[in-house]
Amino acid sequence: MMVTIRMCEESFVPGILDGTITCPVHLYTGQEAVAAGVCAALDTRDYVFGSHRSHGHFLAKGGTVKELMAEVYCRETGCSRGRGGSMHLIDPERGMLGAAPIVAGTISLALGAAMAAQVRGEDRVAVTFFGDGATGEGVLYEALNFAALRRLPLIFACENNLYSTHMPIREIRVDCPIVLIASPFGIKAHRVDGNDVLAVHEAASSAVAACRSGNGPVFIEFLTYRMRGHVGPNDNIQGTHTDIRPPEELEHWRARDPIAGFERHLLAAGAVDADGLQRIKIEVADQVRAAHVHASESSRPAQEDLYKYVFHD
Amino acid sequence: MTRTLSFEAAINEALHQEMHADPSVLLIGQGVKSPWYVGNTCLGLLERFGERRVVDTPVSENAMTGAAVGAALTGMRTIIEHPRVDFLIYGLDPLVNQAANWHYMNGGRASVPLVLWAIINRGGEQAAQHSQALHAWFCHVPGLKVVMPSTPFDAKGLLIAAIRDNNPVMYFEDRWLHRSVGPVPAEPYAVPIGKAIVRRTGTNLTIVANSFLAAESMKAAEELERRGIDAEIIDLRTLKPLDLDTVLTSVRKTGRLLVVDGGWRSFGVSAEVSASVAEHALSELKGPVRRLALPDVPAPATRSLEQAYYKDRSHIVAAVCDMLGRSHIGKEPGEA
Repeated sequence: MMVTIRMCEESFVPGILDGTITCPVHLYTGQEAVAAGVCAALDTRDYVFGSHRSHGHFLAKGGTVKELMAEVYCRETGCSRGRGGSMHLIDPERGMLGAAPIVAGTISLALGAAMAAQVRGEDRVAVTFFGDGATGEGVLYEALNFAALRRLPLIFACENNLYSTHMPIREIRVDCPIVLIASPFGIKAHRVDGNDVLAVHEAASSAVAACRSGNGPVFIEFLTYRMRGHVGPNDNIQGTHTDIRPPEELEHWRARDPIAGFERHLLAAGAVDADGLQRIKIEVADQVRAAHVHASESSRPAQEDLYKYVFHD
Repeated sequence: MTRTLSFEAAINEALHQEMHADPSVLLIGQGVKSPWYVGNTCLGLLERFGERRVVDTPVSENAMTGAAVGAALTGMRTIIEHPRVDFLIYGLDPLVNQAANWHYMNGGRASVPLVLWAIINRGGEQAAQHSQALHAWFCHVPGLKVVMPSTPFDAKGLLIAAIRDNNPVMYFEDRWLHRSVGPVPAEPYAVPIGKAIVRRTGTNLTIVANSFLAAESMKAAEELERRGIDAEIIDLRTLKPLDLDTVLTSVRKTGRLLVVDGGWRSFGVSAEVSASVAEHALSELKGPVRRLALPDVPAPATRSLEQAYYKDRSHIVAAVCDMLGRSHIGKEPGEA
């Protein structure tokens, strides 16, 4: 899954730079272990809500590469039929209930989905993925309170990638670990290496178990890093294509790449050999290439359909 | 069987019947277990349906409105109640950014069967932040429907229609109507969303109104009749989508239009109706369209200014007389 996410994300870069892909694209490169590790702990029936940076969440929850690509190309064959673009990814049948680029905007939606599961007496779990930037929004604290009050089966998955748009975390928060914001509400909270997929999965699995047994909610802060810019391949300020982040910082995190780390683990454990890893990459690359062809050959929605979908019948 | 019920009892009956008929109906809101905020509209619901389906909330309008949207996305027919329109402003993101857009921006893959029930609770020297009628804001947003009942019959029927609708529907209730009474069928029924109703037929002019001021317009029409003026009254019932056909048919017949709305005058419901009539039937008007709405002023506290601020039947009578070149002061026709 991590390789699929990475290859999809990196495959968008040339298209963004040459203007083939024109909607705003927020790449998930570097954070793959979070989506992959959390969603592997969920079942199809569980609910996930994402943000502006949700290609990884969509794929990890079971969305197809083909539908993702076509949506990023804004085509009728995309998961949102070209009406949403990169920032609005949905697959209700697989529990991916949607994503939205209003920071913290889907936290309360996940709160409601968890509440609905509780009302219906189901053992579904809801997950809201959000970034460190969302800790500046009041709705997060409202949701923490209500989720704790009703013991809702909700996992707050905070992907702390150290930047909210162009702002480094030290400029937006007092020096206080994000993980600490949940404890005043009596919520179990964990801080996990978000680039270690096994650690992510372990934390998510125990959170899911707690939620299913009526001991939710759970808050997890995943420490990670986005290797690409806030939007597009780099933090392109007024066309300079230069990154605002120090090169040493990028190097530091490149050395902690979640995929390379997991590959080393698999090789050391003898679970797979170098050829096996290569075969996976070739297979995924073929899939990604085919999806680009499919997307670019798909038509954009017809103009006479402008009014379609404003209301459900 | 039709009985006489109060407006608030009609709302209460709609909630009981829909929650009983459909286990996916969920009620969330500030004060749903107390008459403090919602009058008698929620009587007996908590006892009957339990605290999982009747959720009184912390004062967290943003998160609770979002929770209602999220629950609706999983298929719950969710009602979120705000005891004052003013409080709902904290919940605009989940409503306007999320609920209104969700179906469209996701290509029809998911819908939001949500009722946002907001109470216009004004007068009584409550001042600017407990009195606002902001229904026009929401009419501006694609993806939202907006209904405003004026009778107990519609209070029940429009609420049931809103609950059964698969889209986000704003249900604005004016608390000045709570104690009004009227015939209400005992069985569940839906008043169609998107249809206005001609409450009174007339020939001299058309009055288009909604909610409390539609009820006031009916009373004004009685007084106008005594003065020899025969007014046709259209109650919009639904503001969005606007039933322009019913309005145009009437205006083409009478040639004169007064639009009455309990929101502010500028850029509001009265502006939209006037503009639409001008676009489609200008040549059939015998005189300028007239608007009667709140002045562009925050709601004042003191009673003396409240009296100058709010509109009622007397203002409607005065506006109509003025439009028709009649004196509206003092005597009725035939009087010495």
